[in-house]
Amino acid sequence: MVGIVIVSHSEKLAQGVAELAGMMASEAPVVAAGGLDDGTLGTSFEKITKAVDSVYSDDGVLILMDMGSAVMTAEMVLESMPDRKIKMVDCPLVEGAVVAAIGSSSNQNMEEIIEAAQESASEKKL
Amino acid sequence: MTDSNKVLEIIKQISEQIQMEKDFLTELDNVIGDGDHGINMARGFKEVEKKLADFSGKDIGSILKAVGMTLVSTVGGASGPLYGTAFMKAGAAVGAKNEMDGGDFLNAMDAAIEGIKMRGKAHEGEKTMLDALIPAYNAIKKTYEENNDFKAAISQGVEAAEKGVEYTKTIIATKGRASYLGERSIGHQDPGATSSCLMLKVIQRSL
Ligand SMILES: Nc1ncnc2c1ncn2[C@@H]1O[C@H](COP(=O)(O)OP(=O)(O)O)[C@@H](O)[C@H]1O
Ligand SMILES: [Mg+2]
Repeated sequence: MVGIVIVSHSEKLAQGVAELAGMMASEAPVVAAGGLDDGTLGTSFEKITKAVDSVYSDDGVLILMDMGSAVMTAEMVLESMPDRKIKMVDCPLVEGAVVAAIGSSSNQNMEEIIEAAQESASEKKL
Repeated sequence: MTDSNKVLEIIKQISEQIQMEKDFLTELDNVIGDGDHGINMARGFKEVEKKLADFSGKDIGSILKAVGMTLVSTVGGASGPLYGTAFMKAGAAVGAKNEMDGGDFLNAMDAAIEGIKMRGKAHEGEKTMLDALIPAYNAIKKTYEENNDFKAAISQGVEAAEKGVEYTKTIIATKGRASYLGERSIGHQDPGATSSCLMLKVIQRSL
């Protein structure tokens, strides 16, 4: 199954998103990497690296992130692991995470999950 | 212009200056951001300072790369990956040298700016650190090419960076957190441009 890493400035937000995604697909390897080591707001290169390691397999890992430094720090983690199958997904964090978790638990591959998660951006709520 | 030891000394001085202006940088970020720029930079450079002893004896390229890696790992905000990339690219540009001249500095600064542009998907005029760094680079290059005097060149660079910081007050932020404020970001100087200017001032003072 494709691993999913949720990156946010906020530890609570990342955990909450991972929790929501897990509710829909409890078998999916979803892990949160939010906030700094001391729990304050920010994004941590180390935390994201460890999170990727913890869900990595030959199926690959997808990183979903909120904004600003979350995107830039995730990008740097990716660059530090050039031989690995990891991709960042440009999608709404909550909807994308739910869709990705379901995709992963039903054994979709990385490309299929990316496409589905990106599509969630165009779904209207109202 | 400078050798490895001098580079270490300058980095230490940059750190000290950032600790001193921590509250000021945070205050600026309070107005158009989330009020953590000084805290972020102070945290990152504190870690850099702790590692300076391990860096001694290393070439300039390795020192700058290690500074960049430390900033990426410890700053926490957007300025972490941005300054982190800048120092890492600067280090790669200088390479395994133990002495650098004005030309090396210009190459390093050019690589740093390109790194920030790449990482932040930003360009000049978006109310970011680039609005201090790019005019400073242009001024340093012009003066250095004219008379080969790095001290004179860096002075021109600092002047241009200060003007750049002033300029950030007049424009709307289109990158980073401040961009969510739209027009309300006008009238306030950019924290990142301010910290970039601070670093250049420390370099000027140290030479
Ligand atoms: N995309 C970007 N490109 C270039 N510089 C940026 C970008 N985003 C933010 N910055 C710079 O970073 C500074 C803010 O840094 P900081 O407060 O440490 O991070 P954060 O915005 O994550 O809280 C801004 O003042 C600006 O100069
Ligand atoms: Mg900030």
